[in-house]
Amino acid sequence: MSVFQIKENPEVFDAIVVGSGAGGGMAGYILANAGLKVLMLEAGPFFDPKTDAMQLRWPWESPRRGAGVTRPFGDFDAAYGGWQLDGEPYSKVAGTEFEWFRARMLGGRTNHWGRISLRMGPDDFKPKDGVTDAWPISYEEVKPFYDRVDRMIGIYGTVEGIHNEPDGIFMKPPKPRLNELYITKGARKAGVPVIPGRGAVLTESSPEIKGRGTCFYCGQCGRSCKVYGDFSSSSCLVIPAMETGNLKVIDNAMVREVLTNDEGLAIGVSYVDTKDLQEYSVKGKKVILGASACESARLLLNSKSKSHPGGIGNSSGLVGKYLHDSTGASLGGFLPQLLDRKRYNEDGAGSVHIYSPWWGDHSKLNFPRGYHIEYGGGLHMPSYGFLNFVPNVNGMVPGRNGEKREQGGYGAGLKDDYRRFYGANVGMAGRGTALARKENYCEIDPTKVDKFGIPVLRFNYKWADEEIQQAKHMQDTFQSIMHEMGAIITSNIPGADTLYGLEAPGKIIHEGGTTRMGDDPKTSVLNKWGQAHDCKNVYVVDAGPFVQQGDKNLTWTILALSMRTAEYILEENKKLA
Amino acid sequence: MNRRDSLKALGLIAAGSGVLAGACKDDKNQGAKQAVEGSSEKLPGVQEFEYKRTEALMAEKFFTEHELATITVLSDIIIPKDDVSGSASEAGVPAFIEFMAKDIQSYQTPLRGGMKWLDVHCQKAYGNAFIKCKKEEQIAVVDEIAYPQKARPEMAQGVAFFSLMRDLTSTGFFTSEMGVKDIGYQGNKPGVWNGVPADVLTSHGFDPNKFFG
Repeated sequence: MSVFQIKENPEVFDAIVVGSGAGGGMAGYILANAGLKVLMLEAGPFFDPKTDAMQLRWPWESPRRGAGVTRPFGDFDAAYGGWQLDGEPYSKVAGTEFEWFRARMLGGRTNHWGRISLRMGPDDFKPKDGVTDAWPISYEEVKPFYDRVDRMIGIYGTVEGIHNEPDGIFMKPPKPRLNELYITKGARKAGVPVIPGRGAVLTESSPEIKGRGTCFYCGQCGRSCKVYGDFSSSSCLVIPAMETGNLKVIDNAMVREVLTNDEGLAIGVSYVDTKDLQEYSVKGKKVILGASACESARLLLNSKSKSHPGGIGNSSGLVGKYLHDSTGASLGGFLPQLLDRKRYNEDGAGSVHIYSPWWGDHSKLNFPRGYHIEYGGGLHMPSYGFLNFVPNVNGMVPGRNGEKREQGGYGAGLKDDYRRFYGANVGMAGRGTALARKENYCEIDPTKVDKFGIPVLRFNYKWADEEIQQAKHMQDTFQSIMHEMGAIITSNIPGADTLYGLEAPGKIIHEGGTTRMGDDPKTSVLNKWGQAHDCKNVYVVDAGPFVQQGDKNLTWTILALSMRTAEYILEENKKLA
Repeated sequence: MNRRDSLKALGLIAAGSGVLAGACKDDKNQGAKQAVEGSSEKLPGVQEFEYKRTEALMAEKFFTEHELATITVLSDIIIPKDDVSGSASEAGVPAFIEFMAKDIQSYQTPLRGGMKWLDVHCQKAYGNAFIKCKKEEQIAVVDEIAYPQKARPEMAQGVAFFSLMRDLTSTGFFTSEMGVKDIGYQGNKPGVWNGVPADVLTSHGFDPNKFFG
């Protein structure tokens, strides 16, 4: 027996799905429910929010009180993984930036995401300004899938009739917290609209949604939900799909490459078991990639063969190109009106209660695309560092006795300041459209491999003036909202030297565009169904197919497009039958 | 599934009864025990490497007795006992800071070095290490490093050290069971969110009948 042996599974699956997040989960769910035999491979361990969520734990149940040491968003956050994974590096071209967040677990990043669920609008699919390429599909073509996702998964919100912020089929939204009422008043005075949030949380029960509990308002969606009251791909798609008996999940399976035959068609994939490091191969009639935009691009580029010398899908040379994240910038402060506020349970829902959809008129602005604003603050559960701002700002307002206090301090007076300032803070963060550019990309690093021997990604991403000017506009807007609501700004106001607080590319964890869809095989990787132009039984269902995302968080569109791709596969199968 | 079923699924109410308080109380006691003794039991959802890491850190000792005594005195100066709650040390802050220094190694030099700075400063000023100084001497030193804007420039290193100690102390205290109760946090339990209570809305000038007040 040789030392290196690949164990072949003789079974031929109707489809192999790589990745179990929003895209992979939805494709697996649709196909398994239609009776196909589906194999799903997940690089991380099995995860079921019912048993594994840290929901309702107290801060003292963590020795580090929830600090972000082993998990970037803290001990109680549901994401296994982070910006760096042991033995799985990535590199960056000098002078460029990219931060890559990977969650390795069943359900991927959907276990901890913000559940903010916005549809892309007509102008996002078919831009009128000509700045970026149009999608090969229109909003009208995607709308029926958004509608079905709304009904199947559940979303709260309100019908507003805003042209490029399409309404959905909504459950009732949670009411605003006190600081959110002040924010709304201030923002509207500043000319910025505020509407109820749109979140994938069950605020009502629905006859169409079975096996899931309704929200009980602990505000902890980031920890994932034990009663499945919010959307995680694990709880809402993969586990229910397993219950059909048609979906098999192999966890701790890191896919190495897509295998092809002499005709260039996919015949399966090979993977390494991350626990025992044994090599395996499995056969499938279709291969559906939902490994995340960059991981799927990496997999395609690493799937080189005689028929696909540059990797599958890469006859266009575009796999990895057009990588784009959202922009992000933020500002923090506190509301003197909320000092010494009355205590009550203000946890609310774990997704946004309010937000500001984009309102700007680009004919009067020096940047082409907009952003939305998300807001924070309230009487939240104490957590690591939550009062660190107090000794920095307690000198900005008079003390209880009306006299000026010296900033900082200690003792009974400081202890009282902590109580006074608790829940008085406010924050706002912009999430904007970053342009998809061919010049921003990920590629295979020619010299590096990960601990499994798989060549790793090298990133090359730079912000340009369109994003920087947008961030400047965010900061100006934040300041005017803070001013109108009577808040005191406590952040340093970032200037041109720090690109107005613009976060590094990747930091907003909205990366997409690496396997763009299009009608022309020369200028796109996939056709409008998410099917590779040059390998007809390979599909991509994560955010890779996005030609250009709007300022709308990706997940709802990933779900709608993955559903659409899965049903296209079913239609194709019917034609063959 | 309705909200009541959600709570049943959580095990927070027994089927057919409403004894929510009992279940919560048991949970709390377990949590408190764990924070003091370290996690001998791996909680569901905690990854293997996280559990092992925490166990290993718990078994290590970083600060000397003298340093821990210094941390205890300083944390109690920062958060003393008052009418509402106990002191930082009563809430377990020194043990928390000991853990954090092992958990986030970049804290080690600023904390250890900062205490050394403090002792040297006190030795020069009062002929004693900080914890051996009289109470009023300790307070006089703290007064020189607790107010960043009025501190003399030559005290800047002491100010930086004290700021770090103050942040670790406030986290350690207000995330303890005692501190969470003190600050009046009311959540982390199943309920129904119907918006801000009407009396609070009215006192802030908002209309309880309107969604956006």
